[in-house]
Amino acid sequence: MAKTQNVLFDVQGPRARRVTTVLNVVGVLLAAALAWVVLGKLAEQGQLDAAKWSPLFTARTWENFLLPGLWDTVRAALLAVVLSIGFGLLFGLGRLSQQAPVRFVCTVVVEFFRAVPVLVMMIFFYLGLGRSGLVESTNAPFWAVVLGLMFYNGAVIAELIRSGVHQLPKGQREAGLVIGLTPSRSLRMIELPQALTAMLPSLVSQFVVILKDTALGYIITYPELLASGRRLGAGDGNILQVLLLVALVFVLINYLLTALAAWLSRYLSFRTSGPTRAAEGPLAAEEAKA
Amino acid sequence: MSDYLTDFASLFEQYDVLAAFWVNLQLTFWAAIGSAVLGALVALMRISPIASLRLLGTGYVNLFRNTPLTIILVFVVLGVWSQLGVSLSSDFNQNFFNWAVVGLSLYHAAFVCEAIRSGVNTVPVGQAEAARAIGLSFLPAARLIVFPQALRGAITPLGNTLIALTKNTTVAAAASVAEISSLMKTMIEFRPDVIIAIFLVVALGFVLIVVPVGLLTTWASRKLAVKR
Repeated sequence: MAKTQNVLFDVQGPRARRVTTVLNVVGVLLAAALAWVVLGKLAEQGQLDAAKWSPLFTARTWENFLLPGLWDTVRAALLAVVLSIGFGLLFGLGRLSQQAPVRFVCTVVVEFFRAVPVLVMMIFFYLGLGRSGLVESTNAPFWAVVLGLMFYNGAVIAELIRSGVHQLPKGQREAGLVIGLTPSRSLRMIELPQALTAMLPSLVSQFVVILKDTALGYIITYPELLASGRRLGAGDGNILQVLLLVALVFVLINYLLTALAAWLSRYLSFRTSGPTRAAEGPLAAEEAKA
Repeated sequence: MSDYLTDFASLFEQYDVLAAFWVNLQLTFWAAIGSAVLGALVALMRISPIASLRLLGTGYVNLFRNTPLTIILVFVVLGVWSQLGVSLSSDFNQNFFNWAVVGLSLYHAAFVCEAIRSGVNTVPVGQAEAARAIGLSFLPAARLIVFPQALRGAITPLGNTLIALTKNTTVAAAASVAEISSLMKTMIEFRPDVIIAIFLVVALGFVLIVVPVGLLTTWASRKLAVKR
């Protein structure tokens, strides 16, 4: 609380402390009232019945639906992570190239894929791959999810690499040139390693985005966690409860990943001359992506 | 080649691409207002000295930021509307539209909140101390000194959130709203011969909407940057 609070709020005197206590109680009551209304509505519709919740904790639910769904989510996300790092490195370095035409082409590619919604790319690949016969039609949804994620997140990672290199202190490059390295060798040997270390926390945050975006696969019939959850809920008549559980699984995984990113950013700040905080730089809010 | 172009042109007679894009813009507009109001409220809660409100705000952000938007939009339609029977309009399609706006607002409010908070974080404590030193009390100090600077610091993340929101309106397809991504699917299914042209039209449509917003934010954040 320390920093934001200090800007706006002084250390409190006795009167302000009393007001704070009263408002604190009001806040608790407000939260309780909200919970009461929501639970009341749920109870009214019979959504709190044990029969609706107990199927969530059976082995069948997890073995046949949720765990296979989670595996399909993770499988697509992992492959997308690997491919987008490759894509990002290629185009990120392209944008830092000494050759103006290479820079131009890479800029256009990166800006294009950052502007197109992931879902639009997924639908295109889903229907395109399915028809083209390049992959088996049963595999089309999987590859559509992976490719859609790769192009968008690869473009974001390219930007991360570019801004990571630009955020290094100028002296790093100058020192590289002074000891006789060519600009591209200085980039590869001095700047890039530090930039990659500095961007690692942002990269982990980007995994959160990728993992969340795999849920878009639901719309193109990829059997990931949300889709298998829906299948389960439709069969058992407890779709609301299943969706809540699925959301909870996502929240838990993403929360852990976010915590990992925060830890990494503290741990790595001693190992690079660039800023490691994921919240810095122009891409801070990129994670708002679905 | 000219055959291809004729085929392609006939597409626009068959399908109303602009009307579908218009739905996305409307979703963006209403959800932007919704998430701005809700996000500002949550941000206020998170920077207040009141512990219970702060906890609520933090919980809100962690919950909605880490849930996929697709789940939220499926949930409002399959869970809240069809299971709990909460309807937002007597008109069938308008109901889905309204629920999509609610879902988009709930999700992006978490990001608006974080954008505002990061804006407040850019204001050095010395500014507030100086405000108090010249005798301003809480509200004038907040209104005259802290918020103008905080808002300028929040332009870039707010702009990024708006861009993300614009693109995310396509996910409203999961809430049965007839917008551009579902139209694109229909178009490709019936006219697979011009699939690449269809994709490029939709993609370039988004480039046309998103890139100016990005340029505008960059320009505004540079122009209004607080030099420190």
